[in-house]
Amino acid sequence: MGEDVTAPAADARDPASLLPPDEPVRLLSPDGTFHADAAYPVALSDAELVAIHRAMVITRRVDREAINLQRQGQLGVYASCLGQEAAQVASAWALDAQDWVFPSYRELGAAVVREVDPADLLHLFRGTWLSNHDPYEHRFALLSIPIGTQALHATGFAMGARLDANPLVTIVYFGDGGTSEGDPHEAMTFAGVLRAPVVFFVQNNQYAISVPLDQQTAAPTLAHKAVGYGLPGYRCDGNDPLATFAVTRRAVEDARAGHGPALIEALTYRMEAHTTSDDPTRYRTQEELEAAARTDPIARMRNHLRQRDLLDDATEAGFEQEADERARAVRDAIYDAPHGDPLELFDHVTLADRADLAAQREELRAELAARVAGQEGDDGPGPAPGAGGDA
Amino acid sequence: MTVTLAQAINRALTDAMADDDRVLVFGEDVGKLGGVFRVTDGLQTRFGRERCFDTPLAESGIIGTAIGLAMYGYRPVPEMQFDGFSYPAFEQLVSHLAKLRNRSRGTLRLPVTVRIPYGGGIGAVEHHSESPETYWVHTAGLTVVTPGTPEDGYALTREAIASDDPVILLEPKRRYWMKADIELPATAPPHTEAVVRRPGEDVTIVCYGPMVRTALEAAEAAEQEGWSLEVLDLRSLSPMDTGSIVASVQRTGRAVVVHEASRTLGMGAEVAARVQEAAFYHLEAPVLRATGFDTPYPPAKLEGYWLPDVDRILDLVERSLAY
Repeated sequence: MGEDVTAPAADARDPASLLPPDEPVRLLSPDGTFHADAAYPVALSDAELVAIHRAMVITRRVDREAINLQRQGQLGVYASCLGQEAAQVASAWALDAQDWVFPSYRELGAAVVREVDPADLLHLFRGTWLSNHDPYEHRFALLSIPIGTQALHATGFAMGARLDANPLVTIVYFGDGGTSEGDPHEAMTFAGVLRAPVVFFVQNNQYAISVPLDQQTAAPTLAHKAVGYGLPGYRCDGNDPLATFAVTRRAVEDARAGHGPALIEALTYRMEAHTTSDDPTRYRTQEELEAAARTDPIARMRNHLRQRDLLDDATEAGFEQEADERARAVRDAIYDAPHGDPLELFDHVTLADRADLAAQREELRAELAARVAGQEGDDGPGPAPGAGGDA
Repeated sequence: MTVTLAQAINRALTDAMADDDRVLVFGEDVGKLGGVFRVTDGLQTRFGRERCFDTPLAESGIIGTAIGLAMYGYRPVPEMQFDGFSYPAFEQLVSHLAKLRNRSRGTLRLPVTVRIPYGGGIGAVEHHSESPETYWVHTAGLTVVTPGTPEDGYALTREAIASDDPVILLEPKRRYWMKADIELPATAPPHTEAVVRRPGEDVTIVCYGPMVRTALEAAEAAEQEGWSLEVLDLRSLSPMDTGSIVASVQRTGRAVVVHEASRTLGMGAEVAARVQEAAFYHLEAPVLRATGFDTPYPPAKLEGYWLPDVDRILDLVERSLAY
């Protein structure tokens, strides 16, 4: 007679230990007052606190510049992170240098922390190329547009690190809409079973383009979803940089210590449109926007630093100036930036040389030559593409 | 020694894992069970549960994590258990695996070999007999190969795993038990070269994967009719060895393309296009296609009416010769 396979397993995890707290973790009030929580220590020096503020200020300024560049026709589209600076900067700050970031397409703040040149990311939106930074140099993967798909890459990378006994952790960013997709679900399933050191960081900015959270899920909160995968679910005020840092740090260090992955829901608000192509006045009110503005992460951090005499006028002015300079550098790099040689289209498709691609490359080369000749008023059009054969 | 296709691929996986400890084999039931076709039999016992492991039942998860593992520095060999179950992984395959190298301007290498048992003829239930090659061939960035013999089962698998590009390895499941008297490790020409499996004078039969044997049987039967068929095994569907196809058709003047996949926009369409582009004046007849029909794959009791067989090939050979 075998065991009763329908009986609960003796070693089943207590779901209560995985549940998120009733209230999101918040350590800074909107006025900047600090409230300590022993479960979430803020292991940051004064200098680091100021540096986080600086990174948020730079992020906001460069983000504004990108919007301006789009308005001037220099970018095809841009997805702003206005209002989400704390969620991104403070979570990325919780990583160690060897850890890897897997962004979606809205993670300018995390990129600033990782010292990725924002202009390199904006080439995707300008259309000069699809990416322009070395992911291995910055441990910052390529921007990923299909929603939530990068969660699997972060999980696989973390699986590799664990297999290799390499104590690195990956963090993957996706949004509230992304939690409805299949890939984050599969990623959290894999990560839970395979104990992959990955932190799933959901920026709940309340909208997936126009669709609000209550049309996205019937779950109590997004963090509750973690329980179904056997992951601890965390919730924090994503407009509170200290809470975001402390919660992320705890999840990252637990993952590094071999305790497995975690899901963090950071509550924030997308102050801008989904992208520059969007019209948010069709789905949200001015009143809602004004209420959200009162939770602004940068104002909150500034208040806190001012209260603690960590930020004086001169330092603040210095940050503003630096942010302006960074924005100008981005503008200089992007404005009228030319695309490269069209023949490069064939260079990276596969590593192995392919005769079929070589032939098509030759077709384009001939078209380019004919175009140049046409512009010079010479011989007229060149041979038709694909012409030839054995005739 | 007598080796089946399944054994040849199994040996290739074994040798690749022995040669390079970065090679990982994973998927549904590939570990303890050794795969539903036993192609991964013994790998977990020999190499351990870290290098050959069972995953949760989620195909997008299998391919997506393979991408992450490859970015980390491994050489993943994930398995899609059946052709019809590769579709949940379509987005990861098409939007990321195929494109990441290009997107990164060559910085990222994705040495991933996706093994997919494919095709019909085994009396299986729905979704277990599909021929999805066109999807992968149509996707820039993927290399797509399919063995038609046990030697190629070994050689193409080794070549795929050694490649720094992502490769879709389509394994003709109805031929897993096909035997050959060969020595392993087997050698073969690189995947970029199509191979003439049987020389002939009158009509070129272009085929691959499960249809190589069927085409050879047709060529045998054609002899009774006094027709000499040349059987050309493509081996690689992307890239395709256009030069070998054209060279053969320039000699025979006639071509019949054979594949299980549905006709419209199948490999036959591409072969026909390339032949007429490059060998128009050598053609004595239009390029014809012996394929599955443009219907969903039939129920098992009807698949014999649907799949191309010797008779369908010979009918088209006769039509071709009548021009």
